[in-house]
Amino acid sequence: MAFDWSSIPGSLPILWQGMIVTLQITLVGALVGILLGTLLALLRLSPSRLLSWLSAAYVTVFRSIPLVMVLFWFHLILIPLVVGLLFPGKRLELGFITALTAFSLFEASYYAEIIRAGILSVTKGQFNAGLALGMNRRQVMRLVILPQALRRMIPLLLTQAIILFQDSTLVYVINLDDFFRKAYNVGNTVGTLNEMILFAGAVYLVICTLASGCVRQLHRKLTVPAREIA
Amino acid sequence: MISIRNVSKWFGEFQALKKCSAEVHKGEVVVICGPSGSGKSTLIKCVNGLESFQEGEIWVDGISVADRKTDLPKLRSRVGMVFQHFELFPHLSILDNITLAQCRVLGRSKKQAVEKAVQLLELVGLAEQKPKFPAQLSGGQQQRVAIARALAMDPIAMLFDEPTSALDPEMINEVLDVMVELAQSGMTMLVVTHEMGFAKRVANRIIFMDRGEVVEDRPKQTFFENPETNRARQFLSKILTH
Repeated sequence: MAFDWSSIPGSLPILWQGMIVTLQITLVGALVGILLGTLLALLRLSPSRLLSWLSAAYVTVFRSIPLVMVLFWFHLILIPLVVGLLFPGKRLELGFITALTAFSLFEASYYAEIIRAGILSVTKGQFNAGLALGMNRRQVMRLVILPQALRRMIPLLLTQAIILFQDSTLVYVINLDDFFRKAYNVGNTVGTLNEMILFAGAVYLVICTLASGCVRQLHRKLTVPAREIA
Repeated sequence: MISIRNVSKWFGEFQALKKCSAEVHKGEVVVICGPSGSGKSTLIKCVNGLESFQEGEIWVDGISVADRKTDLPKLRSRVGMVFQHFELFPHLSILDNITLAQCRVLGRSKKQAVEKAVQLLELVGLAEQKPKFPAQLSGGQQQRVAIARALAMDPIAMLFDEPTSALDPEMINEVLDVMVELAQSGMTMLVVTHEMGFAKRVANRIIFMDRGEVVEDRPKQTFFENPETNRARQFLSKILTH
């Protein structure tokens, strides 16, 4: 079997368009996911039983459903329904919005668990020390606990973002042209599908490997300076 | 200043405190000692509401700790506390550790807070350490910073919960020296400690606790020379023989 790589250079601009979509989904999914995940983690740990239960329910539901189905449901039911209510009668291109919403909400459930573990890893003594200085619970959480928890969790949060970057290929099920689907389409049209899929895979491999390396470096840098042992 | 009246506390079935009572008057230094598990730390944490209790009352400067209407953060901001494990905030520099609550709780300007912090760091002999992070300091240095952090709030009283128990032996004295100085300056102090040397030097009274009860509460001379109960005598013989 002979490979024909000649179609790749010419299709790079098209593939780049797809990469922009992929990166946008990753970035928005990670940022909104972390913000919403932090909120969910705080609710989960709040003294209110109701809020804690609601947060736990959210996390359990999203973590128990395959991402593909979440995407389908948002694509077929939820987003059309909401948009239909807000902008009746209009026909809008919803694929991108659907992907951003679904990934943000889905990732939030994973980020919530990471951040909750981070908060719990900070000792009760730190909480007490904050309280003893006269800070209220919110201040202690915001100024003492969360900065430590998030700092410890940064490598995990970024690793989750790398997984999200890979998972974003699933948007092909809702016909959104991300990097992978662009590559697939080009390959299909030109007749070099195998080559294009191999190339796309290599691109994901290189980006993810580099990103993981950066996470490791960052992890080293983030470690708070410790006492030099004489 | 601090009045503990018939305080009882249960952890589930286990009664950790049994009708404990104690008084600390303004300017007094009171040491609480006793075997581990006797409820000393639990009792001192009740004083600023870090632990709740089911029965009894605690009054600090005329304010009831257990009253639901009491503004606990405000009360705590007026009572300094030093912990066994220092509990400096590891993500903040030494200076920021001391200025954080001054700015956020007392509403002091950054400039005022820094001035206060520097002044207190000089008092505990660590002025040159202010840009460092807690993990870069020794245990004894960290505990002295923790004392400075509590003092920065201009507290009306100080609580010490086994402040030297987590320290290497060679670092205990540097912390005790600061505490002695503080006691001699007239600070009202309630101190949970096994350091009987410290107690002999500066305490006005000794409270001996065992199994959740206040067994003795007496001036230091009579406590050390002539303990009333067998339990106190046994405890003293165990820690004073060497």
